[in-house]
Amino acid sequence: MSENKSKYSIDIENLVVEYRTEYGVVQALNGLDLKIEHGKTLGLVGETGAGKTTTGLSILKLIPDPPGVIVSGTIKLDGEDLMEKSEKEMGSIRGKEISMIFQDPMTALNPVMTVEEQIAESIELHEQVSKAESIEKARAMLELVGIPGERGKEYPHQFSGGMKQRVVIAIALACNPALLIADEPTTALDVTIQAQVLEMMKNLKEKYNTSMLMITHDLGIVAEICDSVSIIYAGQIVEHGNLEDIFENTRHPYTEGLFNSLPNLKDRKAKLKPIKGLMPDPSNLPKGCAFCPRCDYAMEICETQKPEKVYRNGEHYVRCHLYSKENIQEGRLETR
Amino acid sequence: MQNTTAPAASRSEAVKKYKKTSQFGETMKRMSRNKAAVLGLIILVLLVLMSVFADFIYDYDTVVVKQNMAERLQWPSAAHPLGTDEFGRDLLARIVHGSRTSLLLSFAAVAVSLATGGFLGAIAGYYGKWLDNLIMRLMDIILAMPMTLFAMVIVAALGPSTINLVIALSISQIPTFARVVRGAVLTVKDSEYIEAARAIGQKDLSIIASHVLPNCMAPIIVQTTLRIAATITSTASLSFLGLGVTPPTPEWGGLLSSGRTFIRDSSYLTLFPGIAIMITILSLNLLGDGLRDALDPRLR
Amino acid sequence: MSEEKDILLDVRGLKKYFNTKRGLLHAVDDVTFTIERGKTLGVVGESGCGKSTTGRAILHLLEPTAGEVLFEGKDICKMSKEEIRGMRKDMQIIFQDPFSSLDPRRTISEIIGEPLKINGIIKDKDARLERVLELMETVGLAERLVNTYPHELDGGRRQRIGIARALAVNPKFIVCDEPVSALDVSIQAQILNLMKELQEKMGLTYMFITHDLSVVNHFSDDIAVMYLGKLIEKAPAEELFEHPTHPYTQALLSAIPVPDIHHKRERILLKGEITSPINPKPVCRFANRCVHATDRCREAEPQLKEISPGHFVSCFLVDDQ
Repeated sequence: MSENKSKYSIDIENLVVEYRTEYGVVQALNGLDLKIEHGKTLGLVGETGAGKTTTGLSILKLIPDPPGVIVSGTIKLDGEDLMEKSEKEMGSIRGKEISMIFQDPMTALNPVMTVEEQIAESIELHEQVSKAESIEKARAMLELVGIPGERGKEYPHQFSGGMKQRVVIAIALACNPALLIADEPTTALDVTIQAQVLEMMKNLKEKYNTSMLMITHDLGIVAEICDSVSIIYAGQIVEHGNLEDIFENTRHPYTEGLFNSLPNLKDRKAKLKPIKGLMPDPSNLPKGCAFCPRCDYAMEICETQKPEKVYRNGEHYVRCHLYSKENIQEGRLETR
Repeated sequence: MQNTTAPAASRSEAVKKYKKTSQFGETMKRMSRNKAAVLGLIILVLLVLMSVFADFIYDYDTVVVKQNMAERLQWPSAAHPLGTDEFGRDLLARIVHGSRTSLLLSFAAVAVSLATGGFLGAIAGYYGKWLDNLIMRLMDIILAMPMTLFAMVIVAALGPSTINLVIALSISQIPTFARVVRGAVLTVKDSEYIEAARAIGQKDLSIIASHVLPNCMAPIIVQTTLRIAATITSTASLSFLGLGVTPPTPEWGGLLSSGRTFIRDSSYLTLFPGIAIMITILSLNLLGDGLRDALDPRLR
Repeated sequence: MSEEKDILLDVRGLKKYFNTKRGLLHAVDDVTFTIERGKTLGVVGESGCGKSTTGRAILHLLEPTAGEVLFEGKDICKMSKEEIRGMRKDMQIIFQDPFSSLDPRRTISEIIGEPLKINGIIKDKDARLERVLELMETVGLAERLVNTYPHELDGGRRQRIGIARALAVNPKFIVCDEPVSALDVSIQAQILNLMKELQEKMGLTYMFITHDLSVVNHFSDDIAVMYLGKLIEKAPAEELFEHPTHPYTQALLSAIPVPDIHHKRERILLKGEITSPINPKPVCRFANRCVHATDRCREAEPQLKEISPGHFVSCFLVDDQ
């Protein structure tokens, strides 16, 4: 990896992405901001339909077009705007500078290619090495993710779910990318396997100093592996901060709602406090704050005006009418 | 979700409000929005009416079968809008009367093979194991026999008649339906909602009829329309061999094949029956597609 | 002093084996437990442990290979097909996948009303619709959805339909097979609250199958842990979380990611891979991954023993104490 040009490995500003279908326009991302420093991990937390996967795909410019369109905004990879890159240039970036791991390990691997061939494919594509060398490197990657190198000759169906996901990670890291996008990488795995895979990812991250965008809905995983957190709702970041900011100084009502929905391991009998209602229809978003219809703290202004960012410290900000520069230091939520 | 507790009175009002009209009525209403399907239905209805009232349009004995050698092989004119055949008979009259035989034959044959093949395929697919094996091997045996040979055997054994023709045509098509339905049932039977039906205590045959088969409708409808078309053309080959409808009874497939001899100078003899067949198949396809879409709740 | 317990379900030595090309698959192997009326037994384990198969075998959706399933004292395994079908009014199931467990060609009212129709409980159409509306209100589905189709609704609402369907016949016992795993966190919470409310209101007994340990802790009275078809530990929920005894249980509990940044993570990482459930040897099935394994564990199979009131463990290390 060469000298870093910018402070941030990835810097997204005001990204707007739409899906233009015959039934209407789906506003997937509405002015999304996202920054990850080199070597750090950002957790992107949200529920189904919030826009998490769209964010990941947008960075790689893999949004299906049609019907998807990146309307506006900038996505800077180490200072260079990806929006200005051609498809050919993106081809050399994908897999080499930015890699993505998808959720379902069962379908992410080609069933008719051996495992080492699939890892080697990525290496061959981006680095000037011979086929034999790439296979050797592939085997080394397998060892790195905890799979004996000889098993490289086997086919995906001979591996368990957890091992398949490790192979997927090996493919993603094969060319030593600067940024790794992991879209719910452990959701489909058993808890004990998930633990193994998370440990492995932590170690690899440290070894290679890769930045990671960890897309998940599980706050437990966030607490374990992330450095900072962005909470996404209806295509926008509603709260962002480091671990302490989000877990100990929660400000946004939606973030509070997410924490309250989790069963409390310490108090078994406590009734769960779910967030009422459902995520808004992205083709028909509310006029003001997108969370207003479900918010316990909603005020009149929330229905008509979209909230702006209010900063609590250098990194922690929240989009909510409850807060202003003056009152943000003390929380205004009841349970946190 | 908080609903206020509704007292009994307002609930019976709710019942009246939400009571569903018949399934048939709703399907018809949905289909009426599909213009192509409505067109297909109209054409089909016209064809059926034509076949039912054929005698009123053209008298059978004087116009359809009576030979008139003086007027043979005439191209379309005012007197004979579609021309005359090699025996001087008006072609339009023969086509109109022919619809009766063709439609009757093909609908009957396909209905029989659909019912039999469909049932066999459904239980083979649902129960699997030895029953599946037994039924499918039986189907293979039938498939191994060419349809023409089969028809010859039936006719030789039972004598030439329309009913025997229907038997021959339907038996030879049973395996096709059995396979299609079995395949569709296999895709559906392991779904969780089938397991749910068993969990609430539903009997197997009831599950097949009310849950499995309705979800297999799409391929069944498509296959049915295709098969009707195929049956009409099959009778052409059978008629050619003298195994089909006995002359002078007109029948579209027969008209096609007898017209072949004169195709160079009197091409209209094959063209018009061909168009009649084509219109029928087209209307059936449009209707079939419309029905398939109307029955799929996901396309509401 | 023995308390007179009202045991609703008594499972003894339940076995379910499958014939595969490679041999006999021991999906459920000699599982024994009881559930008291009105209580919830949580059954946890990872994929392939046999928890779903156990649930289905108890309901006789799968035919058990051996064992007894006593429901209110009567052995279901000895009943005829007709009698079992009659039992369906008392035992129901809620499925995991709210997408595939509902017939896409049926409206909500037809889906919920079907159990009433099939079992001949309410034969009149109008009366049935009335009961359907009542059930919809109970589970929190808006009245106006009565003639909609499943694909028009989201996962949370579909799962409510599944619950309403299970409740339609007024069952005594419901097997919940991962009922909230496919749902978003905030919807999960809504459904879990609903299920708890219904249990209190209607005196239901649940068997709650899940892989999510935080959910099962919140929801169950007792928890049973399964591994490769065997029941390896069973205890009251609080006891299990405070004193997990079997090494697998300990590893499982330590693996849960905790949403607390100050939590001291003492993770027990399991080595190796899970062994095959096909033709397993008569040894402890967890031995090859267990850090405490001794020779004894690799030579014989431990039995389930009660180490404290209500707390059962199947492990040689515990035997020796």
